[in-house]
Amino acid sequence: MAKVRTRTLLIAGAVVALILAGVVSFYASQSPDGLEKVAADKGMDEKVEEHGLADSPLADYGVEGVDDERVSGGLAGVLGVGATLVVAGGGFWVLKRRGGSGSGGSEASASAAEGS
Amino acid sequence: MHVPDGFINAPVSVAAGVVAAAGVAVSLRGARRELDERTAPLAGLVAAFVFAVQMLNFPVASGTSGHLLGGTLAAILVGPYTGVLCMSVVLLMQAVFFADGGLSALGVNITVMGIVTAVVGYGLFRVLAGVLPRTRRSLVGASFVGALVSVPVCAAVFTGVYAIGGTTDVPLSKVAGAMIGVHVLIGIGEALITAATVSSVLAVRPDLVHGARGFAQPLELRTGGAGSAPAARV
Repeated sequence: MAKVRTRTLLIAGAVVALILAGVVSFYASQSPDGLEKVAADKGMDEKVEEHGLADSPLADYGVEGVDDERVSGGLAGVLGVGATLVVAGGGFWVLKRRGGSGSGGSEASASAAEGS
Repeated sequence: MHVPDGFINAPVSVAAGVVAAAGVAVSLRGARRELDERTAPLAGLVAAFVFAVQMLNFPVASGTSGHLLGGTLAAILVGPYTGVLCMSVVLLMQAVFFADGGLSALGVNITVMGIVTAVVGYGLFRVLAGVLPRTRRSLVGASFVGALVSVPVCAAVFTGVYAIGGTTDVPLSKVAGAMIGVHVLIGIGEALITAATVSSVLAVRPDLVHGARGFAQPLELRTGGAGSAPAARV
């Protein structure tokens, strides 16, 4: 099998994640998850509090003001994937620059001593 | 499995926050050794992929669903330290933007869903990969078992946290049995998704799978000049 280039793999993976979060998520089960079900059955959730950011525009994986459930959920999923990609990707890029031995840059040498 | 606010009392939530912060700090150090030019972007993608798949609740029993946790998957693909960081970013995004998982419970959630699953799932994966024949099938099987076991262990650890700091008085034995029972079923879904994903990446780029380093034998010893990465590290 021909070797798939790293960039091709990354793009394919991002497209798959966007489709899963943006389209397939609409068909996900709406039932309570394992913890929610057990908590409700056994009375563990008697003192549950509303989420501090329950009014967030993306709360519960929907976009505020978008009525169509499919669009609202899909859009929230796409935004979540994009935001996670940016935050995690950016964070790991910074970490790699600090810890990487090969890549140049002034910060890399500053932290190289503690790396060993 | 995201713990909301009001399940765990303040002292234990703070204690879990300290554990989570320590775990993230250790992982930030460890991840520097795991990340390089090629794996850093992959790690960002793994976090986004886990976020996406966590939205896909699948039915496991009457009126109950489950979703991927992803700690085992992330740890196998990009390394255990980086995997913990991937999970921490996902849980942070979910709590802050999507009101999923309480803000005061973030420490509990990172500890239980991120650190425990990555450590247990990846640890079991390494043990199995070390004793099984060195084939791709063994690696996929090891990832299946690691993911399968990580979910009920995660549920058991949560039950332990609840036993110490739960806000209601519920008989522990009943909670433990119900939590572990349903999460064995969810673990099967976790195992299927993890094995399928690891298998897919192994099929096209085994060199990018952290957990396969030293196990997967590449078919070709040299790559042509096409790739941008140096071939020496294979």
